[in-house]
Amino acid sequence: MEWETVIGLEIHAQLATKSKIFSGASTAFGAAPNTQACAVDLGLPGVLPVLNREVVRMATKFGLAINATVAERSVFARKNYFYPDLPKGYQISQYELPIVAHGHIDIELEDGTTKRIGVTRAHLEEDAGKSLHEDFHGMTGIDLNRAGTPLLEIVSEPDMRSAQEAVAYMKRIHELVRYIEICDGNMQEGSFRCDANVSVRPKGQKEFGTRAELKNINSFRFVEKAIDYEVERQIALIESGGKVVQETRLYDPDRDETRSMRAKEEANDYRYFPDPDLLPVVIEPSFIEAVRATLPELPEARRRRFVSEYGLSNYDADFLTASRPLADYYEDVVKSVGAEAKLCANWVMGDLSANLNRDGKEITDSPVSTEQLAGMIRRILDNTISGKIAKEVFEAMWNGEGDADAVIDKKGLRQITDSGAIEKIIDDILAANPDNVAAYRSGKDKLFGFFVGQAMKATQGKANPQQLNDLLKKKLSG
Amino acid sequence: MHNKTLAELSAGLTAGAFSSVELTRHFLERIARFDGQLNSFITVSVESALAQAAAADARRSRGEAGPLTGIPLAQKDIFCTNGVRTSCASKMLDSFVAPYDATVVAQCNAAGMVMLGKTNMDEFAMGSSNETSFYGPVKNPWDTAAVPGGSSGGSAAAVAARLAPAATGTDTGGSIRQPAALCGISGIKPTYGRVSRYGMIAFASSLDQAGPMARTAEDCALLLGAMAGFDPRDSTSVERSVPDYRAALGQDLKGLKIGLPQEYFGAGLDPAVGAAVDAAIDEYRRLGAEVVEISLPNTGLAVPTYYVVAPAECSSNLSRMDGVRFGYRCENPKDLEDLYKRSRGEGFGAEVKRRIMIGTYALSAGYYDAYYLKAQQMRQLISDDFKRAFEQVDVIMGPTSPTVAFNIGEKTADPVAMYLADVYTIAANLAGLPGMSIPAGFVGNRPVGLQLIGNYFDEARLLNVAHQYQQVTDWHQRMPQGFE
Repeated sequence: MEWETVIGLEIHAQLATKSKIFSGASTAFGAAPNTQACAVDLGLPGVLPVLNREVVRMATKFGLAINATVAERSVFARKNYFYPDLPKGYQISQYELPIVAHGHIDIELEDGTTKRIGVTRAHLEEDAGKSLHEDFHGMTGIDLNRAGTPLLEIVSEPDMRSAQEAVAYMKRIHELVRYIEICDGNMQEGSFRCDANVSVRPKGQKEFGTRAELKNINSFRFVEKAIDYEVERQIALIESGGKVVQETRLYDPDRDETRSMRAKEEANDYRYFPDPDLLPVVIEPSFIEAVRATLPELPEARRRRFVSEYGLSNYDADFLTASRPLADYYEDVVKSVGAEAKLCANWVMGDLSANLNRDGKEITDSPVSTEQLAGMIRRILDNTISGKIAKEVFEAMWNGEGDADAVIDKKGLRQITDSGAIEKIIDDILAANPDNVAAYRSGKDKLFGFFVGQAMKATQGKANPQQLNDLLKKKLSG
Repeated sequence: MHNKTLAELSAGLTAGAFSSVELTRHFLERIARFDGQLNSFITVSVESALAQAAAADARRSRGEAGPLTGIPLAQKDIFCTNGVRTSCASKMLDSFVAPYDATVVAQCNAAGMVMLGKTNMDEFAMGSSNETSFYGPVKNPWDTAAVPGGSSGGSAAAVAARLAPAATGTDTGGSIRQPAALCGISGIKPTYGRVSRYGMIAFASSLDQAGPMARTAEDCALLLGAMAGFDPRDSTSVERSVPDYRAALGQDLKGLKIGLPQEYFGAGLDPAVGAAVDAAIDEYRRLGAEVVEISLPNTGLAVPTYYVVAPAECSSNLSRMDGVRFGYRCENPKDLEDLYKRSRGEGFGAEVKRRIMIGTYALSAGYYDAYYLKAQQMRQLISDDFKRAFEQVDVIMGPTSPTVAFNIGEKTADPVAMYLADVYTIAANLAGLPGMSIPAGFVGNRPVGLQLIGNYFDEARLLNVAHQYQQVTDWHQRMPQGFE
């Protein structure tokens, strides 16, 4: 039987506010346990939450970026359950009336077509603390620094049909939240994580199969592996006469498998009800318009523009718009050079990206500025250096040896474009290699490379390649 | 000194007739002497009170005293007080010392008031008789066989017996007004949002409101002025300026329109209480008020609505008492579930557990619509009744409680009978309206309270209407015997 996979994702994006969603405590990562938890975060008797306005702005920005409805009125609700790292015994979240609903985002499939993925809703909520099970000799430590950190939970429609589509969607959302600067996207620190609802059904069947929820997957690679594992498990189970049960499963990356955490029957009844400590969030149209005015050009639009305006391939446009600072960097270079957008793209995607990767640096920390890179590309275009020599110039700039012109001068890398000088060098080589000249002339075309090599060797690579080729052909034929 | 009102004490301090330290010592001595009979205090903070009094005297000598500087008061043990235990009358919080002051406490401190201690109450404010306290029942100074009412029973008893010139209370379903009535003092529950709830341990967040309890309306006006105001730490507090509540006290009542809801005078009202209330209404007629009968047709829905909304909210509010970070924790828990079950099972009293269970049930999947949602709709109907009434009248009056104080133990076996003690007070909480109770006579030796309900933020008028009555009556000046 042929099976179809159905996937929906719940992504938790930590909003990049300075203070928590309902208190003034800092949200900075990595502080000593319980040093960033105030009386409100600790859930002491008598304390009350006060909404951080910034989270409303950020959620609104997200809603606009996915063409969603931003609710005029949304309501915080309490999700009640007991857990030691949940200080109040309830999590403040949004339930019936979320701040964002009915949005969408497009992903590209492998065959080059586009698919629209629905975003059912995105709601604001507070994060819980952390339970630390190591180092406490059979006891559990509680760190409440994370308690009250603002989260935007982004819930998709069950629109994805493969692990690859799920990853593509997750990447698009990841790209977007960083683009609009509401989340730092740091997956190691848990600022961006995801749960996946996975089910399978016989191809052609309308009804969904029973789903399992895979919890807390915090890398793109693990999302793909966890879903692939889970799909295989469910198909094997059904084909051997079993039934998928609705449950929560945890992905174990060490063993590359999912394991049951709790069945539906064990699930909590969260007893949601509107939080009487918080007023409904009322958003005026003027606020929405003010937020809209702060939206940058979104990745999708920018990609399309890179293709049409700069003549880039879809692949290049996609690569260059993967983050806003990268796209900004690229555009700065193109604007400075004023031409040859494709050549600029090659440098940004090639040597620059390779070096950033090699040295573990972000584009924003690039040792080569956009002006420097543009200056170097201008020297390629005006034939001062060849593309090959440019690699050497680039390395020197990367190592802080100054602008392209300074490096070219200092290292004597200026290209030889004087035809007389090149001719003289060719004449010397031809004179020194009469046998090869004869062989070439009798039909051994491949020897052309030998003469180019000799000429480049004689000029330390500085001969203008095009001129060299032309002159060499002329002399050899003559 | 203990028979003086806040206004008189303020004048005495200003005139230098006595110092705050002398005044504070006087009340501390009275607490030491009489509170054994009443049990109105859970904690008496002698040292910090004397330190605050000395600071108040120093402030006065620098010429920086306000009207309340140096005046002692008692705080209900529901308000968090930095460094002084806040138990909420529960075993659960018997060891809890808050690291911060409630806004109400901070504002009283800022005014230079002196905290004598923390008063007894029903556990987590759940009760109408002060019998659910972990620290034992409070006794009514008028008759120690009787309850003082609840949940602010300790505050009411302490003020009635002159162990404190004034006290704070909180009112979720009548917890200021009913004990004020049963102890023969004055107390006002302001409009929801008028006084900050920050640092006041939550019972039912959408109903809870703090207010002053004192012997006279004028004293309530003084203390409310210090307690009220917008607090950025409480999202439900209202950004609205606080009027000078004393300024309007002297206004006469000619042309005042008083509404008497027929539903507040029907079956269930003790005829002797009804007679006292009628006499008080007659007094208002003599003061020039016009009295009209009105109807609040959904009055019968108030108690059932309240006993869904309040338990639902409390079931969630009290979840933080889990034995993990503060408060009571059971001995040798086997595992996490055991820790939760025994800490909460052993830490909470029976009434609190009853309400947590009712509330948990009402919010459960499959019951939410039938109970919580329905209760919210009923709440709206009750509010609409008042809205229509205030199109006709300025103030609504009636009995605060259907009976005078009942005997200790009389209703503990029948929770529903106990709940009906708040039948006239609950509606104001559900609607968020201000309500007040003032002394209006006696049945035997037990006081009767007259309830006044006003429109939103009309506290100044309620205080004015109460004050005018107290100019022509002396019920509020009566003092229980045995506390001289």
